[in-house]
Amino acid sequence: MSHHDAAHAGGAHDAHGDHRPSIYDPRRWLFSTNHKDIGTMYLVFAIIAGLIGGAMSGLIRWELKEPGITFLPHLVHVPHAILEQVRLGVMNADQLWAWKVDAAKHFYDTLVTYHGLIMIFFMVMPAMIGGFGNWFVPLMIGAPDMAFPRMNNISFWLLPVSFTLAMISFLVPGAGDHAGFGGGWTLYAPLSTNWGGGATPFSYHDGPAMDFLILSLHIAGASSILGAINFITTIFNMRAPGMTLHRMPLFVWSMLVTVWLLVLSLPVLAGALTMLLTDRNFHTNFFNPAGGGDPVMYQHLFWFFGHPEVYILILPGFGMVSQIVSTFSRKPVFGYLGMAYAMVSIGLIGFVVWAHHMYTVGMGLDLEAYFIAATMVIAVPTGIKIFSWIATMWGGSIDFKVPMLWAIGFIFLFTVGGVTGVVLANSGVDTSFHDTYYVVAHFHYVLSLGAVFAIFGGFFYWIPKMSGYRYNGFLAGLQFWIMFIGVNIVFFPQHFLGAQGMPRRHVDYNEAYQYWNNISTIGYLITAVGVLVFLVTLVEMFLVKRKAGANPWGEGANTLEWSLSSPPPFHQFNELPVIKPEAGH
Amino acid sequence: MKRGALSTIAAGAAAIFGAGSALAAEGAPTPGGVHFQEPATAVMRDIVSFHDNWLMPIIVGVSVFVLALLLWVIVRFNRRANPTPRKFTHNLLVEVIWTIVPVIILVVIASQSFPLIIKEETIPQSEYTLKVTGRSWSWAYEYPDLGVSFTSSILSDEDIAARNAGDPEVPARRLLSTTEPLVVPVGANVHVLVTSEDVIHAWAVPSFGVKEDAIMGRVNETWFNVDSPGVYYGQCSELCGKDHAFMPIEVRAVSRAEFAEWVVAQGGTMPGAPAVGAGGEPEAAAAAPTR
Repeated sequence: MSHHDAAHAGGAHDAHGDHRPSIYDPRRWLFSTNHKDIGTMYLVFAIIAGLIGGAMSGLIRWELKEPGITFLPHLVHVPHAILEQVRLGVMNADQLWAWKVDAAKHFYDTLVTYHGLIMIFFMVMPAMIGGFGNWFVPLMIGAPDMAFPRMNNISFWLLPVSFTLAMISFLVPGAGDHAGFGGGWTLYAPLSTNWGGGATPFSYHDGPAMDFLILSLHIAGASSILGAINFITTIFNMRAPGMTLHRMPLFVWSMLVTVWLLVLSLPVLAGALTMLLTDRNFHTNFFNPAGGGDPVMYQHLFWFFGHPEVYILILPGFGMVSQIVSTFSRKPVFGYLGMAYAMVSIGLIGFVVWAHHMYTVGMGLDLEAYFIAATMVIAVPTGIKIFSWIATMWGGSIDFKVPMLWAIGFIFLFTVGGVTGVVLANSGVDTSFHDTYYVVAHFHYVLSLGAVFAIFGGFFYWIPKMSGYRYNGFLAGLQFWIMFIGVNIVFFPQHFLGAQGMPRRHVDYNEAYQYWNNISTIGYLITAVGVLVFLVTLVEMFLVKRKAGANPWGEGANTLEWSLSSPPPFHQFNELPVIKPEAGH
Repeated sequence: MKRGALSTIAAGAAAIFGAGSALAAEGAPTPGGVHFQEPATAVMRDIVSFHDNWLMPIIVGVSVFVLALLLWVIVRFNRRANPTPRKFTHNLLVEVIWTIVPVIILVVIASQSFPLIIKEETIPQSEYTLKVTGRSWSWAYEYPDLGVSFTSSILSDEDIAARNAGDPEVPARRLLSTTEPLVVPVGANVHVLVTSEDVIHAWAVPSFGVKEDAIMGRVNETWFNVDSPGVYYGQCSELCGKDHAFMPIEVRAVSRAEFAEWVVAQGGTMPGAPAVGAGGEPEAAAAAPTR
């Protein structure tokens, strides 16, 4: 399918030669306009960010292993002024420990906050949209590259800038002496504001950490919006001849819905963040009741973005799971149109259910009733997807390669996370579960066990294509089983903690909650071993260099990327492929 | 610890502190517990009933059904068992079924869900009005009509040790007991107004089925009617800064007579003889808090 010109020396500006620059040339990466190189950078970025965010969750779980604040005080930064007091004998060892314990409370809150932000904005989104989206949307629709290659470059490079600002935010003063913003990833006002200067209780986060965070998220948002515009233009305008919308692979459909959600929801977040910024720095009162504002308005704005955001995190996973299930069942996707429009309807309904995150703000009976009904409706298209995946497998000839293990794990665990979502949709019961570990368990089942399983599935599905090498099946399978067991031990007991009333975001807990917290922390250790095995698998793959061939998966893998070499030529589809009616999906 | 956890799951019920005790029940987490805290109000009993009798069977059923289908296709349609894949991509009947059946299930859930939120959100005629104000990091309580107000903070570890050294009928609990518990009468509707002086907090008592955000600039409302005397604990349930985990809620439900004594001891006044069933609290209806 791809047209391989003979490489001719001196053809640096030859558009149709496959002149792949050296990977050691920094200009290849800094100035890259190549969708595959940019996708690779996104994936590397996501892995690094994921390790940092995962380490933070490790600190959280280690602190929660037993009651009392026992671990984090050893890690807090002690300012020079405090050390000086210790040296002068003004502060004794007990008082220093008490200071550290107090600092650890805020440190815990910042860990919870930055763990969430990093995993959402710097791990899942870059991996799914920037990484797999950049790599495979052009390949799957038969396009030579993205529509706006230079915009693609800045979409990526804004992200390390944003991440750097977030890390600066983590380290600069946030609340008094204490570093970082500790108000949760939702940044709720008035905890995130600083009205009236240092003496009033509203200036809890008086330091610059929150301002850095606002700037960071603004830039992350700009990065995502530019990327989203690029994808929309690419998908609408650069499909190969014969690749109609209804013949696009489902992964491309999932990306199309996802990027529309980004374009429509991120500006609302940007608005809310800007209001926070001016409330903090220019004495506006958007969220200050004393000035006619309303803290609850912040929550409405945030969740108008925040709920579509959680579908942004999972929809590309839906697409990847569809490709994987079809490939390894050696059977076309069951109910293709239903699958595509289920994602479209999940996207649409996702915009009108946001207040189910805020049932306890006192919204009253009528609104609660509406949001219960609207939220539960989402279970219908989600059910269509679950059953269609199973129907795709039904009658198939299933090969349990590693990507398929992750996909099947995804289907079951996403179902478990989905049904607890139906429970939480009912505000009457949410009264008990709201802001408890039940919610933590729910959203980690759909994200940590849903989105992340999909990412690993997609990674092992496409890594032979991206790198040209086959992974070690034993190591990769071992990682799946370790992580499958580990994450379930982490998160399933959290349902029990939530039912027993343990509130989330508490640094310490009553002894009654010790049993399940302890088990949850053991689960984390198992999961961490799984992550290590993943890193070993990666290193082993690049050291041993087993050649993958164009299509390692056989007849089931019939989307366009498998028609190219592995790795694909630096520029592909110089001669556009023509899609025939039956060859589409 | 592990064995203890399992046995307490089996026991389940609230701890009993001996016959004749005025404080019979305790609304607190049980070690290793997997279920709700023991309900102490009709609303919480309804929440537990909706969850246990409707939601749990449905979600367990759905999950087991999906798991069974997955196991079936894994066993029946793997490469060895079924070397030649079939190629069908549509089946109108099953597609209609898996669209309609979930809709029916959701309608059934909604039919149970709506009466519950109506019960939770409709404030009944109430005998007492309680104002709860969250502040960083303690709770201020006020019975505006009884002239009683006080602040309730976390009980320090030293005070807990001191209190428990006296072998009290209800032991003080770390992170749950307070310097000054809120006292409420048993069997009376209490209308709760919740607000905040600073950032957002949430006033929550799991065994009452009550959780209401405390938000500056607005007054939220909820209600409870406690079944039986006891001590019921809760914790702040909206992240509010570093001491979020250290502003507990301790509610002591006592008989009406003991409540009247407590009010007087706090320097308040009980209105006349509390008329049975008569309103006498016009502000309960007049107050129209934020919806």
